[in-house]
Amino acid sequence: MNEIVQGLLEAGRMIVTLDRDLIEITLRSLQVTLTAVVIASAIGLPMGAWLAINRFRFRRETIALLNALMGLPPVVVGLIVYLMLSRSGPFGVFGLLFTPTAMVIAQVIIVTPLVASIAHQAIRDLWAEYHDLLISLNTTRGQRILALIWDGRRALLTASLAGFGRAIGEVGAIMIVGGNIDHATRVLTTAIALETGKGNFALALGLGFVLIGLAIALNIAIHALSRTERDSQW
Amino acid sequence: MITSRISATVSAICVSAALAAPAMAEEMKMAVTTSFHNSGLSEVLLPAIKTDLDIDLQLLVVGTGQALKLGESGDVDAILVHSRSAEEAFVDAGHGTERTEIMYNDFVLIGPEQDPVGVALSKDAAEAMSRMALGEHSFVSRGDDSGTHKKELALWASAEENPEKFGSWYRAVGAGMGSALNTAAGMDAYIMSDRASWLNFGNKGDLKLLFSGDPVLFNQYAYIPVNPQKHPHVKAELATRLKDWLVSDRARELIDGYKLNGEQLFTFNAVDPNAEPAPEQGEAAEEEVEAQDPDTTEVSPEQTQPLEPETEVEASKPAK
Repeated sequence: MNEIVQGLLEAGRMIVTLDRDLIEITLRSLQVTLTAVVIASAIGLPMGAWLAINRFRFRRETIALLNALMGLPPVVVGLIVYLMLSRSGPFGVFGLLFTPTAMVIAQVIIVTPLVASIAHQAIRDLWAEYHDLLISLNTTRGQRILALIWDGRRALLTASLAGFGRAIGEVGAIMIVGGNIDHATRVLTTAIALETGKGNFALALGLGFVLIGLAIALNIAIHALSRTERDSQW
Repeated sequence: MITSRISATVSAICVSAALAAPAMAEEMKMAVTTSFHNSGLSEVLLPAIKTDLDIDLQLLVVGTGQALKLGESGDVDAILVHSRSAEEAFVDAGHGTERTEIMYNDFVLIGPEQDPVGVALSKDAAEAMSRMALGEHSFVSRGDDSGTHKKELALWASAEENPEKFGSWYRAVGAGMGSALNTAAGMDAYIMSDRASWLNFGNKGDLKLLFSGDPVLFNQYAYIPVNPQKHPHVKAELATRLKDWLVSDRARELIDGYKLNGEQLFTFNAVDPNAEPAPEQGEAAEEEVEAQDPDTTEVSPEQTQPLEPETEVEASKPAK
């Protein structure tokens, strides 16, 4: 119990004094995760919409696979990305291992199935509603996808935020591909793992509270900006 | 469409990452062991290396096993580890250019304060290990193929014990030194740690240092640059400059002067170029001094004795 109180105090102290290292790793956490979520959304949202409105062979299997990939173990993703980007791997010439870019790549792989899956669920329901209208208007497939994405934007925002939630708290993959290098690839989660390893529970917990606070603040900010849950809207 | 978008974004990230890093200093990656990093010594050495050599040394903190692997695949430019036989195999296989001993620290045996099996009463390390094997009180092993883990296995072997035959009291956690110490603190178990990690460890619980001082517990750290012939992209020139710095008097002061709770953690024992006379090498060494770039080595004015042959091979590289 005492350690939790110390952790809270440590978090407060770091935020109040604008601890330089804290700011640096927090910004890097945001940089990596937001980039990954933007890329994952750019892939996952249209993919989810496309899956919802198209009928093709193995559709059921594809969707089942996508849902299964939501539970992709980050450590395995990290290991595979590591082996791909290692100098002895197929993409070694780019020298990307142990850079923030490698962390983004790993997170995109982890997050995209989650975003696509949730987007698919949301758009499928919307498509059931819009089906007759969009068909009768003689819309092209691309127009349908755009219309559904636009009208389903709130649900899709949830999909992206779920992706953000998974990525910001992820440690297994980015520890492997990023290497937790001070001033280069250290982010909040890997710093927490490191400080726990040193037995500095107060500092680790302080960083943990900062991480949780960050996730809450970002979600509130996005909801405020997108004007959800206001007045008669929902 | 999507792929072009990804590549555009990825390159945007690369640019932003490049902008974020200080533009002046050159970057170099070195794999080090957890025990070295947990000691806190890196926090003293890194800023000094940055000031003296203008190298941004990025540390990858891993076990010796993984460090060697990283060097083997060319993902780092140099390694600093502590497992002599593995290091020699690494150099023999051509993955590294040469092995330079830098410093040593020592391992200690940690255990519950009550010391149920009497480790503290042992005459030497082998006896301490036998007592633990006999007492079957919980023991936490790193179990991660690190230098510390290999040392522990060697100590069991010296006591003629085989950890594979141990019962459930022997717990291999497969984790770094800090995590393993956390586990030992939680289970009130015995554990072998390097002294630096132990002194720096913040969660000691009821654990206590029980045994140390046997020379077999000494732990030699060595620096090995990755072989540029195998991996042309490695920063061999930076690695050489770093090596020259690590064996210099400047490094000696910092390493010997690093103290935690008043205890000196590391003992510098790099073969100082001017410390050991080697008359039969005199001629070669003289040529070598001329070939050196004066900026890359720290040759103090009082250096009159010939240099070690080892240094000659290394230092003549940048001149090529």
